[in-house]
Amino acid sequence: MIEAVGANMLLASSGPDLPGVNDFLPPEILFQGTPFAINRIILIRLVATVVLLVVLGITAARAKLIPGRWQGLVEYGIEFVRNNVVYETMGELRGRRYVPMITTLFFTIFVFNLFGIIPGANMAATATVTMPLVFAIWVLIQYWIAAVREKGLWHYIRDECFTPGVPWPIYILLAPIQLLELLIVRPASLTIRLFANMISGHLVLATCLAFAQYWFIEAANKFVGIPVGGLWFVGGFVMTLFEAFIAFLQAYVFAILATVYINLSYPDE
Amino acid sequence: MDIITLAEVAGNLSVIGYGLATIGPGIGLGILFGKAMESTARQPEMSGKIQTIMFIGLALVELLGLLGFVALLIK
Repeated sequence: MIEAVGANMLLASSGPDLPGVNDFLPPEILFQGTPFAINRIILIRLVATVVLLVVLGITAARAKLIPGRWQGLVEYGIEFVRNNVVYETMGELRGRRYVPMITTLFFTIFVFNLFGIIPGANMAATATVTMPLVFAIWVLIQYWIAAVREKGLWHYIRDECFTPGVPWPIYILLAPIQLLELLIVRPASLTIRLFANMISGHLVLATCLAFAQYWFIEAANKFVGIPVGGLWFVGGFVMTLFEAFIAFLQAYVFAILATVYINLSYPDE
Repeated sequence: MDIITLAEVAGNLSVIGYGLATIGPGIGLGILFGKAMESTARQPEMSGKIQTIMFIGLALVELLGLLGFVALLIK
């Protein structure tokens, strides 16, 4: 009997189609059962990569001495990363080596994030843990390589974990914390920041639009439903614009933190 | 759906917990942006550098809120 009541309650409260964690675990659509299984998010990643390569490739192939409007925009983006992110943090001498890497990181993450608000995709390609993890591991490897090249492995670990000028009993606490920071906390924080931002953005956006659809179409009382649905729709519109800003901000933050971490591997003058 | 499932309202505690968890980063963001504005007003010629440092701090503060969010997802 209780089950019948429960089922009735479930029917009566068939509310809006709210998003959940399952949005980020879509079913596999190609090559099921193999290690190369492709689901919706991976397909978006592939599409985003192709779009980025084609757009930048065509822009580069048709580059003129006097840039047109589009070429000017792309050059502005590249110069923004070079001057405001890399040179500002590392200086020109050190930074020149890392401009291609940071530019790649910035543009890839920016375009991947933007797919969260492009109709039809509606899912940021960085919204699962794997893609940000790949970028973070790339940064991890780069700052270890920079440290080994500039200071030597032992000197780097000594400088970071056994910072000079600290009384020795502190090292028992400080050394493991610093080592953990170098190996795990930095890449983990980069990963979590990016994918959690994209997940929360998608959830907020989808919630706004689901409620808008519910109040517009399914609500019995249209007199209340239309204004409330309109409010939710405006909220969804504003959140879409906000997500575009977040897409840029996260790409910028990822790029600048990667630069800072690499810069920390260099010796202080 | 039985009595045990009806008692699942308790699951919403995690939402309350996440709401509490955002207070700390909220205070942090307030201090961060307030200080950044203050120092930009004092030394406008350093605004580029201050902005860079501000965004690094923003990323670190924001991470604290997002940790709570991730904990809510994997609960």
